[in-house]
Amino acid sequence: MASSSMEGSMPTMDEYEALLSTTDVELLKRAWRSEKAAPEILRYDFDLVGRVTEQLQLMEETVEEKSTSGADPLSLSLYQMDLDRTLFLLRSYLRIRIQKIEKYMFHIRKSDELWNRLSKGEKDFASRCIDDLKQHLEESVLSKLPENYQSVEKQSVISEEDDMVPEPRLDTFVLCRSKEYLSGIQLEDGPVDDRSKLFEMEPGVLYFICYKSIKPLVESGKIDLL
Amino acid sequence: MAGQSDPELSLFSAEELEFIAEDEIVDIVPNLKMGPLNFISGDFGPFIPQIVAQVPLWLAVALKKRGKCSICPPQWMCVEKLTQVLEAERNSQEMSEQLPFHYVEISRLLFDHANDDISDAYMVRSLIEDIRDVRFHKVETDLEAFNGRTIAVKIKNLSAMEVNIVRPFIGRALQAFYKHDSPELIPDPERVPDRRPQVVQNAPRRQLRR
Repeated sequence: MASSSMEGSMPTMDEYEALLSTTDVELLKRAWRSEKAAPEILRYDFDLVGRVTEQLQLMEETVEEKSTSGADPLSLSLYQMDLDRTLFLLRSYLRIRIQKIEKYMFHIRKSDELWNRLSKGEKDFASRCIDDLKQHLEESVLSKLPENYQSVEKQSVISEEDDMVPEPRLDTFVLCRSKEYLSGIQLEDGPVDDRSKLFEMEPGVLYFICYKSIKPLVESGKIDLL
Repeated sequence: MAGQSDPELSLFSAEELEFIAEDEIVDIVPNLKMGPLNFISGDFGPFIPQIVAQVPLWLAVALKKRGKCSICPPQWMCVEKLTQVLEAERNSQEMSEQLPFHYVEISRLLFDHANDDISDAYMVRSLIEDIRDVRFHKVETDLEAFNGRTIAVKIKNLSAMEVNIVRPFIGRALQAFYKHDSPELIPDPERVPDRRPQVVQNAPRRQLRR
């Protein structure tokens, strides 16, 4: 899904909007916003990040070349600005993910589905982080506690679940917008009598909904988080 | 540095919102000749003096700073249109649809960098301030209508900056309502006459002395 090309003469405003909405930068921006708004870590978009990194490298080389070949300094600084903007998006995207991983690393490690949402680099980072944190906790605190309380994940041997593992709150309310008319959304939670009601979303209108209820739609890309 | 804004205050910082708004397209009238620019974010140009071109706002501002163009204010940013919008806002409870999502950020950027390109800038600026006040007041009154029955909130035509300001409040308010109205805490929803938050009682209720 690379940038679409326009055919014909000077594009109109609408076509420009359409063009922009399919560029990688726009996609990266969308991924960045979703990642910021979502309480849990979302799927890593390998293709997108790969393409953007490639384009960034290409652009950096072009700028290098141009600066040595004495091109117009104005256009050079503009290219640099564009480069910086895209770099910011990419960096911020990766940083939010790392922040989430740091917060919920034990929880992510336990669940296969979440583990598979990480990139290779992130998986290495998470494993090392978990090992380091475990080691630190064991050496400084856990080894000094009585026998039954020495686990990193459970409060004590009698806990049934891993209650020392922080989990992301999936029932936070998030702002979202859908691109098309969506109906039949089941609201998972809420007052008992409302639970069976089906919710519908008009395109382009903002809604504040419980994240749990729209999770599958976010994953399939039908809803944008803002 | 691509740092993270403090999530306690608001999801996006004001600067990040401006960053997002800077991708909006505006018209400029360049006064230089430049070849086409093939950015990662898109292709723009070529630029011919006195011929209107469409570029993203960040590019327009950059060119304007270097004195290479003048920015045409967007259609909605003129005194007549804004007076109309202000009247509409004052007369109805609904939000006006005529303002773009990022109107606050766009108008701020244009005032800061392209003040001379806007006709009647002072008037426009005060109109926009008034519009912002009226809209925000409407949002505040709407928020008072929350109660335990609210499971989702629908907001029509709110702008990016307004959304960002109310987002933490709405999130926490809905969360609190959800938590307090959760069915595990209410033993028998039929018996509850009003929607005050219930507290789990393990001991029998004590009679309050009158």
